[in-house]
Amino acid sequence: MTTTREPDSARAAPPTRALGPRVVDVIFRRREASILLVTLALFVYFSSVNSAFFSEANMRVLSHFTYPIAMIALGQVMLLVCGQLDLSAGHVFAFTPFVLLFFIEAGVPTAIGVVLAVAAASGVGLLNGLITVKIGVHPFITTLGMAFVLQGSTLIIADGRPTTPPDLGSVESEIFGRFPFVGIMWAVVLTALMYVVLTNTRWGIYTFATGGNPLGAREAGVPIDRIKIGNFMMCSALAGFAGTLEGYRISSFDPLSGGFTTMFFAISAAVIGGTALAGGSGTIIGGFLGALFIGVLRDGFTIEGISSFQLFIYLGVAIIISMVLNVWLSRLRRGAMLS
Amino acid sequence: MSTDQSVDGYAIRTENIAKNFEAVVALEDVSIELQRGEVLGLIGDNGAGKSTLIKILTGFHRPDSGRIFINGEQVTPRSPSHARSLGIETVYQDLALVNELPVYMNMFLNKELRRGRLPLLNKRKMKQMAREHLDDMGVQLSSVGTEVTFLSGGQRQAIAVARAVYSDASIFLLDEPLAAMGAKESAIILNLIRDLKRKGDVSMMLIAHNYTQVVDVCDRVCLLQHGQITYNKPVGETSVQELTELVAAEYRLGNNGNASGK
Repeated sequence: MTTTREPDSARAAPPTRALGPRVVDVIFRRREASILLVTLALFVYFSSVNSAFFSEANMRVLSHFTYPIAMIALGQVMLLVCGQLDLSAGHVFAFTPFVLLFFIEAGVPTAIGVVLAVAAASGVGLLNGLITVKIGVHPFITTLGMAFVLQGSTLIIADGRPTTPPDLGSVESEIFGRFPFVGIMWAVVLTALMYVVLTNTRWGIYTFATGGNPLGAREAGVPIDRIKIGNFMMCSALAGFAGTLEGYRISSFDPLSGGFTTMFFAISAAVIGGTALAGGSGTIIGGFLGALFIGVLRDGFTIEGISSFQLFIYLGVAIIISMVLNVWLSRLRRGAMLS
Repeated sequence: MSTDQSVDGYAIRTENIAKNFEAVVALEDVSIELQRGEVLGLIGDNGAGKSTLIKILTGFHRPDSGRIFINGEQVTPRSPSHARSLGIETVYQDLALVNELPVYMNMFLNKELRRGRLPLLNKRKMKQMAREHLDDMGVQLSSVGTEVTFLSGGQRQAIAVARAVYSDASIFLLDEPLAAMGAKESAIILNLIRDLKRKGDVSMMLIAHNYTQVVDVCDRVCLLQHGQITYNKPVGETSVQELTELVAAEYRLGNNGNASGK
């Protein structure tokens, strides 16, 4: 055996390189780093052209633009990594507050009602997952159908118009309600939590394995069906909770909130953050930063008074560039590793 | 039926296993024994049903009929995890590696180490153990943190073998563990098989197409043809030429080249 082994120096760490290449290296390795840089640059730019950008009032607006997208993006990242996606998340977002309303009207305390409503939202995910995994319908179709079913249901339940939610108690108000940065704080906490789940638990490894090599994962005994279904449930729960927070924030449960726009913003955030659609790779932090990027872009355009028509163009370009970057960087990395 | 392991000296024994995929007969009637402490070479042409047999023994597929005994106990593995709990480890032909995950995570896939009772992974311990196992085998790898996608075919195969071999299992099913390997890498795996054999108390079923390697490392050889075992001999009573001849005869005779030995 010893004859086949080479001296340890053969696999010693590569010689230290200059700072420049090392920074490039970090950006290669940490896909999140590039989107962070771009977002920061955008932030600095908007701050410099308009002093109102970096004000508390506007930071509030920015956080409101960011948190719902970020929370849904977390769920989409989990799904994309295991090779799935959820087009119904934006409609779960609109639907869940009305489930909460049902519980409140039935006399359930609000806090418990929120938990039950989020559980009900995850039930939508369970249904998405079962239909996709057990029957073998493509998740695009399953969740597209679910999106329309929810849209119709929400409109019927809401009688087609927004409802003012009942007042929150003082403690509930702190957790779900009017404190201006409640949403973004939830988003940050949940990002940290999901980051740990994806990178430091079995669930996370299995999520990567399920998306990267479903057959191999199954051969290795990974319960890929359970992983997919669980991630559908997580995505729906996150979307439902985000919708509830948003409903309380604007003091209106609106059947037309969320929807496809919010859902596609969330998938855009995931993609801009470096998560591939093909499964097997993706980052939670990237998803959050992608949402922040979209938030800064929308907020900056709003405050500059630039037409939202242009926003869509920039957003579209950003999505495509980040995907091109993904492909390009993985090729570069491959080249660097193999050389 | 008995749970007493000493009842029959077999690690694995199957009786009349049959398996169809829709209209295709994969296994017609397979009765095969893997004795305890033995290395059994399973040979046969592509499509003969070798991988199907392995996948039935690991619980990936369910047999349509027939009985399986593992260490003397009748049990049909329900899933790869169940098979593993019965002491069976497998190297699949496709290796079952996840390209996007680093080497050490692949080596611990579905047997991850955790930090005590916490549901968190003990990455440091996994990396360290992966490193030790690979060094032990003599596999060169710059970092166990490298994603598997960047490895050569032989390295990938070594990772898959290491994953199976460094475990508490007593039965190893190796489906073409040498397929993508050069001479040097093959030597690493063959040495590993010999080492395991020397330690005793492990039993191995090895699928291979290189009959020199089969004769070199196996105790006994079985030929699987058209879903049936048609040849079964200790390697001492056969030779590379005979085995080559057996499989080649299948082509010459067309359909059922049933060869029952000399």
